[in-house]
Amino acid sequence: MVCKSWYEIERWCRRKVFVGNCYAVSPKMVIRRFPEFRSIELKGKPHFADFNLIRLKRMVVTDESLELIAKSFKNFKVLVLSSCEGFSTDGLAVIAASCKNLKELDLRDCEVDDLSAHWLSHFPETYTSLVSLNISCLGSDEASFSALERLVGRCTNLKTLQLNRAVPLDKIANILRHAPQLVEFGTGTYTADVRPDVYSDLAGVFSSCKELKSLSGFWDVVPDYLPAIYPVCSKLTSLNLSYATIQSPDLIKLVSHCPNLQRLLVLDYIEDSGLEVLASSCKDLQELRVFPSDPFGAEPNVSLTEQGLVAVSLGCPKLQSVLYFCRRMSNEALVTIARNRPNFTRFRLCIIEPKTADYLTLEPLDVGFGAIVQYCKDLKRLSLSGLLTDRVFEYIGTYAKKLEMLSVAFAGDSDLGLHHVLSGCESLRKLEIRDCPFGDKALLANAAKLETMRSLWMSSCAVSFAACKLLGQKMPRLNVEVIDERGPPDSRPENCPVDKLYIYRSIAGPRFDMPPFVWTMDEDSGLRL
Amino acid sequence: MSPPLLGVEEEVQSSVSSPSVECISENGMGLKERNYLGLSDCSSVDSSGVSSNLNLKATELRLGLPGSQSPERETELCLLNLGKLDEKPLFPLLPSKDGICSSSQKNVVTGNKRGFSDTMDGFSEVKGYVYTEKSWMFHEAGSDSESPQSVGHGKYPGNSGVNVILSTRSPGVQASVKQDEPANVLQEQPRATNGTSLKQTVISNNNTGAPAAKAQVVGWPPIRPFRTKTLAASSKNNDEVDGKPGPGALFVKVSMDGAPYLRKVDLRTYSTYQELSSALEKMFSCFTLGQCGSNGTAGKETLSESRLKDLLHGSEYVVTYKDKDGDWMLVGDVPWEMFIETCKRLKIMKSSDAIGLAPRAMEKSKANNKKEFGYGC
Repeated sequence: MVCKSWYEIERWCRRKVFVGNCYAVSPKMVIRRFPEFRSIELKGKPHFADFNLIRLKRMVVTDESLELIAKSFKNFKVLVLSSCEGFSTDGLAVIAASCKNLKELDLRDCEVDDLSAHWLSHFPETYTSLVSLNISCLGSDEASFSALERLVGRCTNLKTLQLNRAVPLDKIANILRHAPQLVEFGTGTYTADVRPDVYSDLAGVFSSCKELKSLSGFWDVVPDYLPAIYPVCSKLTSLNLSYATIQSPDLIKLVSHCPNLQRLLVLDYIEDSGLEVLASSCKDLQELRVFPSDPFGAEPNVSLTEQGLVAVSLGCPKLQSVLYFCRRMSNEALVTIARNRPNFTRFRLCIIEPKTADYLTLEPLDVGFGAIVQYCKDLKRLSLSGLLTDRVFEYIGTYAKKLEMLSVAFAGDSDLGLHHVLSGCESLRKLEIRDCPFGDKALLANAAKLETMRSLWMSSCAVSFAACKLLGQKMPRLNVEVIDERGPPDSRPENCPVDKLYIYRSIAGPRFDMPPFVWTMDEDSGLRL
Repeated sequence: MSPPLLGVEEEVQSSVSSPSVECISENGMGLKERNYLGLSDCSSVDSSGVSSNLNLKATELRLGLPGSQSPERETELCLLNLGKLDEKPLFPLLPSKDGICSSSQKNVVTGNKRGFSDTMDGFSEVKGYVYTEKSWMFHEAGSDSESPQSVGHGKYPGNSGVNVILSTRSPGVQASVKQDEPANVLQEQPRATNGTSLKQTVISNNNTGAPAAKAQVVGWPPIRPFRTKTLAASSKNNDEVDGKPGPGALFVKVSMDGAPYLRKVDLRTYSTYQELSSALEKMFSCFTLGQCGSNGTAGKETLSESRLKDLLHGSEYVVTYKDKDGDWMLVGDVPWEMFIETCKRLKIMKSSDAIGLAPRAMEKSKANNKKEFGYGC
């Protein structure tokens, strides 16, 4: 806060509000403070909670909430719900019907109760302001195609359209015909019986999309239909094939047509060989995400190893963001990668089997990740995996000075590990830890650090209930929440480790709308529980 | 946002450069340095007691499921991975809890959603606590002191590497005065680079062995449910197209009467009933070994294979499954391919309970589901 008048000016001018942790902020306060805001982005649940670790509802947005938004904000323009749940298509229908000026509706990764696809018809015929629509998360066996087509047809400013799986291939051509100005397009199901007329129709329509830069969707891809997109490939900067279950040769053909690709999401079907081709074809590549096609299989089903990542880091000079799932890794590879690509800002490596050692030397991967943090001086986000000791945390604490988010699982030996991170990573904002032997010591010793961070998540670690209580009592600006589905933590001895712990700084005090298996530790926690 | 933060960061910085500095405590509350808890009397704790009251026996424990791990998981990676803490008391005011690390890693590595360790043998029930979920609580049996002692070094009970922690009851009094440097304890353990542990690491990471039933770790690998669902659906469609034997996994829960927790198996990793049966035997053998004592077999000796088979195939247990219609059926009647298409869940029942399977088994299974989590024995 610079001064009061600045504060006043700022709050009246602010049009966009981003809430990174909705639990830390009171809605009333936001509304009071920013009476003129036009767009709001809310983030809720901690990241690790996405992966079925808990049933805690993330950003629970009910239909009632959506109705409230729709009724209260007549000029509402942008609604982005990221990984939210709790609402249904009924709520969407109200939004559609009421928000005459809505420009963006983005439901990325949400879990929506799909009651009916007819919510789309609730956009009035007079409504034309849509610029961005992302409904890729919706299921719906039947989709209101005609309503969709009409909507797309009359919204001439539509730039982003991401359909859901229910939209079949033969409908895409019609939809695209109405929107040749699209910049980002997500297909529905990309499969159909191979028919030349459907194919040429599709290819023709893609050719007319001169602005198209980003493609996604591609569920259930039939390779024969892929060449239909070749006309747009040379302009593509972003391609999301992470649901496309096609094999390496088809993937290789496709990426070879996309020399301007900056962002690629793909399944590990691409294999090392495909990544090598990528490395030689796509010199502008900045972001790569390789997802596992068979994450729970005991054995590798594809030939994707550390070599693929090495190849890409060698061949793509602009590569800065990576999410890579693989089954083996070596320190040597990681050091090579770090040396080749010191411009990484996001490096997330997931070796599928927990605690996998360097497959060449059988050592921990401390040195490899150490090289990453040492060479990549601008690293902002890091996810670790594989066999790791406290040593890796020492490296991280020493070198990762710009690191803002760290994800740790099945790593470390003792509290020293956690201490290195909390005491060394100056820019740390979010820390999420699961299944590590970190306990009270490091946490309590670095309690003050927690106030400088957005949040800390620890699950299946060794932090005792007593330590949580203490933190809650002593740190009033932190919300210390114990999440435990076994029952109230005070029904167990105090030195029992809690199941899950979520600590975040807050100006709104403890929240009161938690599910029954979440307990806040606060000043009264000794009395309340 | 507010000035104190900067102060904190500086604190943080300095602590990095001088490794022997103690806790960072500076925060807006004006708490004393070195001890954010505001404890005045640090001296008793300061004496850098490398007091080794920690019972070293804790480190000898093999944690994890007794004899029931899939071959890759036999080993005690966690214990071997304990690094050394600095001898210097890094956290002079804080209790140590290092013994627990071993169990935590172990339990997770075995991938049990609800794991518990060998040490539960020696437990006396701590009041009100039921070992249902993932039990770190192996130490509880030992921690007689429910009300944590505030001063002094307590004795640490056997089995427990975990120390009693803080006293929060008397506000004015020092909390966390347990001074326990676990340095001794940790030094016992060789690092992971040690020879033996290497082998074990190899085994545990060697996925080229027989595809034994792989227990699934919850929430790992970190893939959003939407993606998993999508891929599973895709794989069904692509089965013929790929020519590969269906990339999707087919995990079903497996429960056993009397066992405190369930397991999961991927039916696609087997191609015959025999393979499935062997895997189940291995998974659940511990529960037939007097651990639960429900079938009267004595002792914890490893069973010979034939004995196991007797238990599971012979008179003692039958394997049943719940099909798409919700009916409980006896495993083995239909061809394997048909079985995996229709099996939703597996249950190992005592033969006596399985007589007149369909109607009675359904009742039984409903009743049993309610007490799934308790010790059935």
